[in-house]
Amino acid sequence: MHELSLVYSIVETVEQYAKEAHAKQVNSVKVRLGALSGVSKDALLFSYDIGAAGTILSGSTLEIEECPVAIFCLPCGQLRVLPGIQKFSCPECDTPSGDVRQGRELDIVSIEMEID
Amino acid sequence: MNTRVLEIRKGILNKNDEIARTLRKTLQTAGVFTINLVSSPGTGKTFFLERTLRTLREQGIATAALVGDLATDNDARRLAEAGVPVKQINTNGRCHLEAQMITDHLADWDIAKLDYLFIENVGNLVCPSSYDLGEDLRVVLLSVTEGEDKPLKYPTIFNSADIAIITKMDIAEPCEFNLETASANIRAVRPGMQILPTSAKSGAGIDEWLACLAHCRLAHRVSA
Ligand SMILES: Nc1nc2c(ncn2[C@@H]2O[C@H](COP(=O)(O)OP(=O)(O)O)[C@@H](O)[C@H]2O)c(=O)[nH]1
Ligand SMILES: [Mg+2]
Ligand SMILES: [Zn+2]
Repeated sequence: MHELSLVYSIVETVEQYAKEAHAKQVNSVKVRLGALSGVSKDALLFSYDIGAAGTILSGSTLEIEECPVAIFCLPCGQLRVLPGIQKFSCPECDTPSGDVRQGRELDIVSIEMEID
Repeated sequence: MNTRVLEIRKGILNKNDEIARTLRKTLQTAGVFTINLVSSPGTGKTFFLERTLRTLREQGIATAALVGDLATDNDARRLAEAGVPVKQINTNGRCHLEAQMITDHLADWDIAKLDYLFIENVGNLVCPSSYDLGEDLRVVLLSVTEGEDKPLKYPTIFNSADIAIITKMDIAEPCEFNLETASANIRAVRPGMQILPTSAKSGAGIDEWLACLAHCRLAHRVSA
């Protein structure tokens, strides 16, 4: 599991922004997790408090927005959201598509902080 | 005090991605084609790589290998027997390689002399999928002893790969391995993926693999 090292990298980035904004405290951090990010939501949440301890993020909450995979289906001519990640075929017409347009996200989206 | 929400939208692995981007450029400029091998522990990465290095060396093609391992240097010693430069990357318990480790271990090699650089990742089907190592080609290996449904259990890594190698085909029959089922599962999670059945033991499929590598390298050069 590499979730703790991901938490450290979240902490590092957020600390930098918080410092620039002269924040006194970070309330919450929102991240987006694609179904193909290779990261487990539970493990990330579990590691968060450990990684945040002793930093300006200490006591803050991690909000995780999960994001499904979307492929582009050529015959349908549009994006199709997949119900899972075991089958990369259009849920409408069953055509396979490796054209993944969404679902690899592993991003920090926003930070809520207290400023003087 | 007041509350403020700052929208930032930044990749959590941004740092690794940037290092990988620089590394990829450095390797491509030096004319090196880089391959990242990923699989479960025991799939046969080291064995397969050893055969690959040996064969390429016989053909006068310059290769080198970096091998990630949690603790030992056994794999590096095995690979060094192929007679090409090999270096061990000890991850000290970390479950994957990162781009910085590759950069550090290449520092005292003259990469301009190389045609191919192979990287054997740590045996793990989860963590290595998120880490770009600056490779041109990601190859996932699946052995006939692992069961045909591995790709469905670990779709992320199979989806992130460019080519799939089936290893240990010499023992496919006693293992009751069904190549069609395995291929269908691989293509369910990665439509159109090229699949090469091989045995590093008997040598079956190795020529096809090397031809495929040469083709990928050429295609890459043209597009670069
Ligand atoms: N029968 C057979 N055994 C193999 C083959 N390739 C690897 N093995 C065996 O599988 C085991 C694991 O191989 P290794 O290369 O260390 O796997 P790694 O952990 O993925 O690097 C070893 O005992 C190898 O001898 C093959 O093509 N045929
Ligand atoms: Mg090995
Ligand atoms: Zn469709």
